[in-house]
Amino acid sequence: MKKLLILGAGTAGTMMLNKMESVLDKEEWDITIVDQYETHYYQPGFLFIPFGIYNRRDVIKPKRDFFPPGVNVIFSKIDLIEADKNQVILDGGKVLSYDILLVATGTKINPGETDGMQEGGWHKNIFDFYTVEGAVALQQFLKYWEGGKMVLNIVEMPIKCPVAPLEFVFLADWWFTEQGIRDKVEIEFVTPLPGAFTKPKASKVFGEFLNKKGVSLTPEFSTGRVDWKNNKLVSWDETSIDYDLLITIPTNMGDDLIARSGLGDELNFIPTDKFTLQSQANDNIFVIGDATNLPSSKAGSVAHFQADILQDNLLSYIDGKPLRGKFDGHANCYIESGFGKGILIDFNYETEPLPGKFPLPGVGPFSLLEETRMNHYGKMMFRWMYWNLLLKGAELPIESHMLMAGKRA
Amino acid sequence: MPTKEIAGVSVEVDGEGFLTDHKIWNLDLAAAIAKEEGIDPLTDRHVEVLNFMRKEFEENGTAPSIRKMNKLNIVPTKELYALFPGGPAKKAAKIAGLGKPQGCI
Repeated sequence: MKKLLILGAGTAGTMMLNKMESVLDKEEWDITIVDQYETHYYQPGFLFIPFGIYNRRDVIKPKRDFFPPGVNVIFSKIDLIEADKNQVILDGGKVLSYDILLVATGTKINPGETDGMQEGGWHKNIFDFYTVEGAVALQQFLKYWEGGKMVLNIVEMPIKCPVAPLEFVFLADWWFTEQGIRDKVEIEFVTPLPGAFTKPKASKVFGEFLNKKGVSLTPEFSTGRVDWKNNKLVSWDETSIDYDLLITIPTNMGDDLIARSGLGDELNFIPTDKFTLQSQANDNIFVIGDATNLPSSKAGSVAHFQADILQDNLLSYIDGKPLRGKFDGHANCYIESGFGKGILIDFNYETEPLPGKFPLPGVGPFSLLEETRMNHYGKMMFRWMYWNLLLKGAELPIESHMLMAGKRA
Repeated sequence: MPTKEIAGVSVEVDGEGFLTDHKIWNLDLAAAIAKEEGIDPLTDRHVEVLNFMRKEFEENGTAPSIRKMNKLNIVPTKELYALFPGGPAKKAAKIAGLGKPQGCI
């Protein structure tokens, strides 16, 4: 029997498990997936928890619900990937050998990378919303907050879901309005980027939205440390920003396993071919989702588009043929903008987000780079699609490669 | 491509003044670009960092990140910001004669 080993059963790993299980011959292939946690989190839902729109129970399901029958499932921490021996060592010493290794170990926040971040103020008046614990603690805090200065800060790029920080301040503007305290809250968006977003056209549009919603923008701020005793965010060149409430997107890094195994860059992301998704160092190691060092967004939609390409490439690799699937960097993000509306962007490596209609050119129903009620419904509907279609590897009515049709350049 | 006179030589630059060919770089050019960027004089310590960046660029095709230079003990982040005030990633790459660093998405 040949062995396909998948590390990580998050969005990307679970999708690939389902996709490969459906095409590999069971007489020939033995498929195993390893993850340390038994709970699957619907991470796009974390954004809604601080505002009480979702609670913890709305974003969790058992991982087992999404595994097909006939595959080996191991819940364990992983000690080491020994790429030169084609084997993985689990905590406790169990050895798993593989013919093909698929790494989908994702990314996580590392608040400890910034001095003062995870000390006395952590989860008191400094919160993240990229973990369920952070999002729930922030919900509890906001319930009783009477106002002051809220600073949202991105420590450094890249981060998972680069639009989430914008969504957070848009929703905060709406939520404080609903609570009747918007006039008592000052909101500042602090980013290391030169503007509200990475790509010029979208950056301009989002910058205008921030302005319209009364959120001030501080670009090119490189966070050096947090002076939590005096409630100040301090940059590497010693400028400081006062806050009463700090919402932070800490440094994002790949899993420590990648560093221990000597497979990562300085952020523990694995150098990966940006088109084929094969690791640069080892032919029989493939990487998908947030674990890669690809210059694409770290997001579930991106992992989904990658999964279609990777399925083709794994089959070609097994047949000893050249890898023909070429990932184009496609990302598709519904951006919640508050007051029951949303904005949609669709882009790839080469093409920045442009206005237009999606997915049907000229028809929609969704509008690109525009704020509409329909885009908000798309966002809310996505949770159903995620649990029922996406994780199970089913086809979605969106092409893996980005289409120019319907877009206005 | 626009050209620009730097240190008495006419060189090709992009719209933001980054050299388009890193191979024509030399210390005179570096000192002149540094001066335009408000760094004068260019010290040995600056040059040490620039040389490391150029070596990395030759080997990997991209300039090293601030984090990488900190991790490899080439230069602590705090010092790098002091050497190249107001955005070391971009400024140091420009003085090192390398292209504008690729922004992340």
